[in-house]
Amino acid sequence: MAETSVAGYAAGETRKLNLKGLGSALAPWALPIVLLIVWEIAARTGLVTARLMPAPTTVAAAFWRSLLDGSLLVHTLASTQRALIGLAIGGGLGFVAGVVNGLWKPAETAFDSTLQMVRNIPHLALIPLVILWFGIDETAKIFLVSIGVFFPIYINTFYGVRTIDPQLVEMASVYGLDRKALITRIILPGALPSILVGLRYALGFMWLTLIVAETISATSGIGYMTMNAREFLQTDIVLLGIIVYALLGKLADVATRAIEKRVLVWHPAYQARQGGER
Amino acid sequence: MSIAAFHVPDAAAGLPISLSRVEKSFGKLNVLANFNLEIPAGQFLAVVGRSGGGKSTLMRLVAGLDTPDSGRVGIGGGRVERLHPSVRLLFQEARLVPWQRVVENVGIARGANWQEKARRTLVDVGLEGRENDWPSVLSGGQRQRVALARALVSEPQILLLDEPFGALDALTRIEMHRLLERIWTDRRFTSVLITHDVAEAVALADRVVVLRDGAIALDIDIDLDRPRQELADPRAVDLQRQILDAV
Repeated sequence: MAETSVAGYAAGETRKLNLKGLGSALAPWALPIVLLIVWEIAARTGLVTARLMPAPTTVAAAFWRSLLDGSLLVHTLASTQRALIGLAIGGGLGFVAGVVNGLWKPAETAFDSTLQMVRNIPHLALIPLVILWFGIDETAKIFLVSIGVFFPIYINTFYGVRTIDPQLVEMASVYGLDRKALITRIILPGALPSILVGLRYALGFMWLTLIVAETISATSGIGYMTMNAREFLQTDIVLLGIIVYALLGKLADVATRAIEKRVLVWHPAYQARQGGER
Repeated sequence: MSIAAFHVPDAAAGLPISLSRVEKSFGKLNVLANFNLEIPAGQFLAVVGRSGGGKSTLMRLVAGLDTPDSGRVGIGGGRVERLHPSVRLLFQEARLVPWQRVVENVGIARGANWQEKARRTLVDVGLEGRENDWPSVLSGGQRQRVALARALVSEPQILLLDEPFGALDALTRIEMHRLLERIWTDRRFTSVLITHDVAEAVALADRVVVLRDGAIALDIDIDLDRPRQELADPRAVDLQRQILDAV
């Protein structure tokens, strides 16, 4: 019964969206489209030098070419792979450190202030050192990405674990939950909204770090592609690289939002308004 | 000190509680001093008093959430040292886990057949069909019903109620009183209700104890027929006046 009412509600929601029309769905795209048109006109009429700022259609052609010869795919995959490995390592460590320090006071005492100190070093400042240590191979870039994503995940996981409602924890112990059940059923799910905020920050840092690292030292990846294109003054490829980064960033954000929507169904903010029932 | 000999029910389902020479202070504040109280098995006791009179401390001691500085808190012959498995607590707030569905909240301790048991208990508290709802869509009264089901699902022998209906509106509160009275009449667990609502105490309890400055100011039997009517029974009004005078 509850199932049908939820489904019925969702259907009503869709209808409303349709009625309101595509207008509101397209509204956010209006400005970018206008800008593209202005840019195209400016490039065609020679208002801006095509060599420095090629027209959108030229960039689109470059996109098509690099798609056909496979280079775009190769570079995008190389970048994405680094990004995800770095996220898995740095994010995983940040999560574990956040949980352990959040739950266990001695660990917090031992590690937190050191981590807070290290956090304030801009991780990109480590690039010269990282090149000395690892050269310019994969390890260097993955290392940098890992550091970049570690702190947002660590801080938000720690915060999430720490700010669990103590009344819920007391209730759980009165009702006989052991420590494992307490952690998996109360503390981690309760910290999840905060952890996901950390993940979104981390994804931003992930791409940022990767762009910089690939621009400085790489033999593949979007950053390499754009730096290479710069040597040959292929401005269209450079712009294409920037756009790909933007799209990858957007994709990551959409993915996190989808995860949030899925795992936070219980949260009032993610539920369709049903009105108070009495 | 009255060692209660009133209303000894068919026991079995409940456990007796006894506090003897209990001392408890927080810093310099002496909350309970040389405190004695015997609660026979299956009795429904209401503890009434002003804020800071020691009601919640008493509750936390019986629940095993706090330990006395000296003296003895006993349940069914044993000494309370930590949380007793057959004691369940209903808090002021429902304290439902927001990310667990209603049925999962009721079966929070899991265990064998927990879903089946949780469903059955939800029927008892009048929440059939709400098993898969999220707590956030429930009203205040429904949340307390879920909390009550969660307390009852393990068939406790002692139920401690820490002003659980204080935040509900008057009508919902009366509904909850009827529900609780019906379930208690059925199961006869020992109940300790902490409240500042004298009418609530008279409506539910077999016996009312008034706590003032950490000591018992009044210990009175409520010998009214069950199920009780909330509306002015002259005897109930008289009892309420007596209790109010002692608070």
